[in-house]
Amino acid sequence: MSLYAVQKYLYELNRSTPRQTEHLADPTAAVERFRVAGAGLTDDELAALVEPDIGKLFHLGVNGQILMHFAALHQIEWQDYLQRMRDGIERYGPVREGVYAMTGYDGVDAHAASRGQTGRPPNGGGV
Amino acid sequence: MSLVFAGVCSHAPGITGRAEQADRVVRDAFYAAFDEMRAELEASRPDVLVVVAAEHFANFFMNNMPAFAIGMADGYDGPIEDAAWLGIPKFRAPGDRDVSRRFITGVMQRADVSYAEEWQFDHGIAVPLHFLTPRFDLPVIPVNVNCQGPPLVPLHRAWNFGEAMRAAADTIPERVAIVGTGGISHWPATPDSGKINEAWDRDFMDRWCRNDRDALLDYTDEQVYADAGQGGFEIRTFLTVAAAADGAPGVLRFYEPIPIFAVGCTIATYDLADVARG
Repeated sequence: MSLYAVQKYLYELNRSTPRQTEHLADPTAAVERFRVAGAGLTDDELAALVEPDIGKLFHLGVNGQILMHFAALHQIEWQDYLQRMRDGIERYGPVREGVYAMTGYDGVDAHAASRGQTGRPPNGGGV
Repeated sequence: MSLVFAGVCSHAPGITGRAEQADRVVRDAFYAAFDEMRAELEASRPDVLVVVAAEHFANFFMNNMPAFAIGMADGYDGPIEDAAWLGIPKFRAPGDRDVSRRFITGVMQRADVSYAEEWQFDHGIAVPLHFLTPRFDLPVIPVNVNCQGPPLVPLHRAWNFGEAMRAAADTIPERVAIVGTGGISHWPATPDSGKINEAWDRDFMDRWCRNDRDALLDYTDEQVYADAGQGGFEIRTFLTVAAAADGAPGVLRFYEPIPIFAVGCTIATYDLADVARG
């Protein structure tokens, strides 16, 4: 378990267009290079980064402010991103580490409707 | 010179990135409030805009996390996020290294601060600038308060930092505007994204508008986390602006939860002239 290393990989990825290109082209090689360079990633963490398993990464404790850009890099739409995190908690259990905890929430659509707001589905942008 | 404008606003990426998914009437009312804030900011004729934000691992990480940081460059690129994701095209915002250096030097008289000659703006600054200086024609001094990676600076030190920024503004000849961005209650980028504690937000903004130091500091991180989510830690940016306003009364110009934006959308300003008149 090396949350710091997982987040460090994603932090550097989020900041670098060349790294994003490398990751998308060959994620296993990109993450392996990072691990060889001294980061203490476990095989489980490496697999979650390669897949990508958004739910697993959230379960491991990756900060959402880092994770949401990784999801966007993979063209995962916003509501799908939120659902993948929920699914990860369901599948793997509560967040292991970090600052987040589930508090219970009806979701954006139900919340907006309760306020009389009319939302619209995404039209391909704004993931 | 001194402070000529002080206010706060939301900065959530959904405000621009998920604009088309929001209720059009509510969204446009919020945007109109941003337009009014921009008009008030421009009327104050600032020479420089200090933006106090809570950045989100765009420039600073847990390998070397500053509690407070101030930019010192002649320009800043942004957004660091994908432009389509954020709904804001790539830009270069002007800075002024000399003004930053003098401002930082002034702040250092009272507070410890890191400075950064490189800084890529994320949504914490890009979203406010998109509305407040859309032509990118006003030099910016970016300021960061760590609100993301605990341990976080205690609230009273965020307040002291705001006082230090005010004292620094008082010592340089430029007309300084300051805008804090972030919060208030929200659970951003989590499965609970969209959750908003309106009652908590309104109570906090009441304290902010009264500029009641004791009331604004009367929170613990545990309470904030329970009632306002991890996004609530960003009240530190609002506190710095309250402190910089030095007792001025505030006005809540707009507040409305917009779940798809994942925040209670907020715009508020201080009446600095009220203190001058007093």
